[in-house]
Amino acid sequence: MNRRSLARALPVTPALVLLLLFLAGPIAYCAWIAFTDLQLTGQAESSFVGFENFRTAFQDEEFLNAVWLTLVFTVVSSLIGQNTLGLALAALMRRASKPVRTLTGGIVITAWVLPEVVAGFLLYAFFRKEGTLNALLDLLHLPSQNWLFTLPILAVSFANVWRGTAFSMLVYTAALGEIPKEITEAAEVDGAGGWRRMWHITLPMIRRSIGTNLMLNTLQTLSVFGLIWVMTRGGPGDRSQTLPLFMYEQAFQNSMIGYGTAVALLLLLVGSVFSVVYMRLLRTEV
Amino acid sequence: MAATHFADRRRNRRLAADAGLLAVAAAFVLPLAWVVLSALDPHADLRVKAPDGVTLENFDAILTSDITFTPLLNSLILCGGATLLTVVCAALAAYPLSRFSSRLNRPFLLSILFATSLPITAIMVPVYALFVQVDLIDTLQGTILFFAASQLPFAIWLMKNFMDGVPKELEEAAWTDGAGSLQSLTRIVLPLMGPGVAVVTVFSFVMMWGNFFVPFMLLLTPDQMPASVSINEFFGNRGMVAYGQLAAFSIVYSTPVILLYVLIARRLGGGFALGGAVKG
Repeated sequence: MNRRSLARALPVTPALVLLLLFLAGPIAYCAWIAFTDLQLTGQAESSFVGFENFRTAFQDEEFLNAVWLTLVFTVVSSLIGQNTLGLALAALMRRASKPVRTLTGGIVITAWVLPEVVAGFLLYAFFRKEGTLNALLDLLHLPSQNWLFTLPILAVSFANVWRGTAFSMLVYTAALGEIPKEITEAAEVDGAGGWRRMWHITLPMIRRSIGTNLMLNTLQTLSVFGLIWVMTRGGPGDRSQTLPLFMYEQAFQNSMIGYGTAVALLLLLVGSVFSVVYMRLLRTEV
Repeated sequence: MAATHFADRRRNRRLAADAGLLAVAAAFVLPLAWVVLSALDPHADLRVKAPDGVTLENFDAILTSDITFTPLLNSLILCGGATLLTVVCAALAAYPLSRFSSRLNRPFLLSILFATSLPITAIMVPVYALFVQVDLIDTLQGTILFFAASQLPFAIWLMKNFMDGVPKELEEAAWTDGAGSLQSLTRIVLPLMGPGVAVVTVFSFVMMWGNFFVPFMLLLTPDQMPASVSINEFFGNRGMVAYGQLAAFSIVYSTPVILLYVLIARRLGGGFALGGAVKG
């Protein structure tokens, strides 16, 4: 590289140093200690154990339980919940009157902007036995139950829908705004009903936004910790313990940093796969 | 005939859409209503109900240095410091990426894009282990550095996209007058992309202000805890939870980020920059 391009690359240095030391560094370290038996106490004696941690994980019922719950949490709250509700809201907003649109948008976005822990407390209050949901069900003479005990994974999934739908709504509002009016109007004149227009015209036209949105929602949901921690601590027992909470428990409550990190590495790998797919979706734009 | 028929249909559709949206809004507003009503209620519990008389005593009770001011100040130092670092580094890094072509731009940008979507939660355990080894655990500066690094990929990506929107011709005059890169960045490019810089700043700050896991892992001393972690104290070992006070604290803690969001959303006509940015 000649001197001029070196001088030009100079401003990137501070960012590069930070990224290498505090992001790439920990990831590399993660890939190393996942293969050791590092524990919280007596760190000097950790030794290389190869794939032992991974073998343990795939035979550990608690781990498999966490994988299953992470899958349920991601599919229910992100793929189905946030994505569909966000699209429905964006589509309805195009027809609704302005005050209703502003009001609904404001409420949904407020839920998104709130700090994670605050959102956790609000939904904890909502789902508790003596909370709002049961009060509402009583009012309608429907059977109430202790949601955080009977259906903890669904309660935290709904919490994630509450908190995360705004993002999909914003992405889809932008995407629908870019569809030329003439196309939908032409279809309407030809007699295509609302559902058919949605299915045959709108959805194919916004498929790139759908892909991007699904990707980002999934990645976001895979790493949710605070929301579940505040609502259930992963319990009762381990019935809402997704992978991030399992990783934390193994590393700190059971002092098995090596094992916890192996789980982290798996999570990181899943994230990387999604991330690569996401990059391919954006391929033409870089 | 046909015209009124169309108008009727349009009106009916609008009413249906309004009804649908209002139903969703009603479901979404319940948890928010709880926090507002309980904060004003002297006998708050866990369900949404009209307060038994409106009072500010919950706010009075929490506005002490132990409960509110110290944690908020800690949050401000932590998130303010990390945001400043993020924005400065991102602006510097985005400049050559946006202005000069180089064979390294594409791989760098692809790595950044890849890092943007990594689940940062996953690396908190190794970060903890690493911070113990290099003695950065339980330090504000260590936490600030990690916060900044974790936010940087997205900040650089966003900043570069905004910077691409500033025409290069405007700088060329300055270059012929002998201005260096740094001067044209600070005097010409950044002022012209003011709203873009504001978006990156506010977005980074809001993300960090609400983040729980990072300070929860990296800080141990109670006096250093930011509000996102100290809020757990309401559920500590004191037995009874004062729900009214918890609600009041939640409001005090959330207000700054909501105001900041409103500020940038207005400036960008509906807050679409982020939606646009993630689209590429």
